[in-house]
Amino acid sequence: MSPLAALFVRDFRLAVRVGGGALIGVLFFLIVVTLVPFAMGPDLALLARVGPAILWIGALLASLLTLDRLLAIDHEDGSLDLILTARVALELTVAVKASAHWLTTGLPLVIATPLLGLLLNLEPKATAAVALTLLVGTPALTFIGLIGAAITVALRRGGLLVAVLVLPLTIPVLIFGVAASNAAIVGPVRFGTPFSILCGLALMSMVVGTFAAAAALRHAID
Amino acid sequence: MRLLGSDLACFRGGRQVFSDLSFTVEGGEALLVLGPNGVGKSSLLRLVAGLVPRFAGALRLEGGDPELTIGEQAHYLGHQDALKPSLTVDENLVFWSRYLGSGQETQAALAAVGLETIAQLPAAYLSAGQRRRLSIARLIAIRRPIWLLDEPTSALDAAAQAHLAGCMGQHLAGGGLIVAAAHGPIGLAAAKELRLGGAP
Repeated sequence: MSPLAALFVRDFRLAVRVGGGALIGVLFFLIVVTLVPFAMGPDLALLARVGPAILWIGALLASLLTLDRLLAIDHEDGSLDLILTARVALELTVAVKASAHWLTTGLPLVIATPLLGLLLNLEPKATAAVALTLLVGTPALTFIGLIGAAITVALRRGGLLVAVLVLPLTIPVLIFGVAASNAAIVGPVRFGTPFSILCGLALMSMVVGTFAAAAALRHAID
Repeated sequence: MRLLGSDLACFRGGRQVFSDLSFTVEGGEALLVLGPNGVGKSSLLRLVAGLVPRFAGALRLEGGDPELTIGEQAHYLGHQDALKPSLTVDENLVFWSRYLGSGQETQAALAAVGLETIAQLPAAYLSAGQRRRLSIARLIAIRRPIWLLDEPTSALDAAAQAHLAGCMGQHLAGGGLIVAAAHGPIGLAAAKELRLGGAP
């Protein structure tokens, strides 16, 4: 098994075992979205109209919640020191860590979306559109979060600072994610237009996030 | 193989930890870094491993792999064990051995430190000494020429200390070199000494 495959398997195992946090994000997503109908009252038309935005906000907050698992834990127990002495490019290491993180915390959000669409009175077509935008958008959120996680890695309990740093950077992803969902539901713009931009943002955040996080880690060491 | 440090200086948290520090370690030789608390022993090891930025001076490895940094040719054994409590003893060691090396000899290394009977136990249940022994198994499982050991004998009982001394002896006999920070003898017979912070 190659070093990067071993890292992927290890991070996946850590996330799905007791205390790993793979379920925390999706449970939080479930609760936030469930609370909204209670807060807004039983206006089904209104729920259907704001549904995509609520699902996106919920997914955004849920993906923030687990960011401290990405790098801070490895820093606390000394694993990061050893990772820095490995003969693997740091960029590849952080990219693999972020991928494993997305698989355990981002993908469950996409899978939970159809269930939550029911609670928000979304049409099957609308639910599918939101799920598709989240499938493309959650990797972007993970890789943008990776930058924040790397910058705050040396700070003990930097979890809150990560949220403040990361949330403003996720605004473009949020705008085009919700815009694509709404385009599929009410128009008049074609779904493909905002969705293509969302795909572009996701690809860009993977490249920028990987290199920025590796650079931040190299400077954070002390 | 020879590790040379000349006029090294280290700043941490805006404070100068040490300056004008020079040393030479040849292959097959051990350097014991001694001195009171807070004098920079750990900082020196981290600096050699590339985990702390070098403020001044030069650090060179002669006879090593020119493609790799010194840190990539070194084992760093710090105060933290880099073990995940939810993974088993075996999974922890196999991961590090695959990630840092080629993934060979983990069973032999576990047996060498006497942990083969609890290989399937989650690392959360290990004692401090057992965690230390598992870290030492990493040094045995993956071959790297430089060992940077930060108080390697802490938490180890007499038998484990003697065993560690044997491992270090084998490593030196194979041409490797060791830089160890300690407060006293750690079982290296003919170690050079580097005293930080003036005369004792």
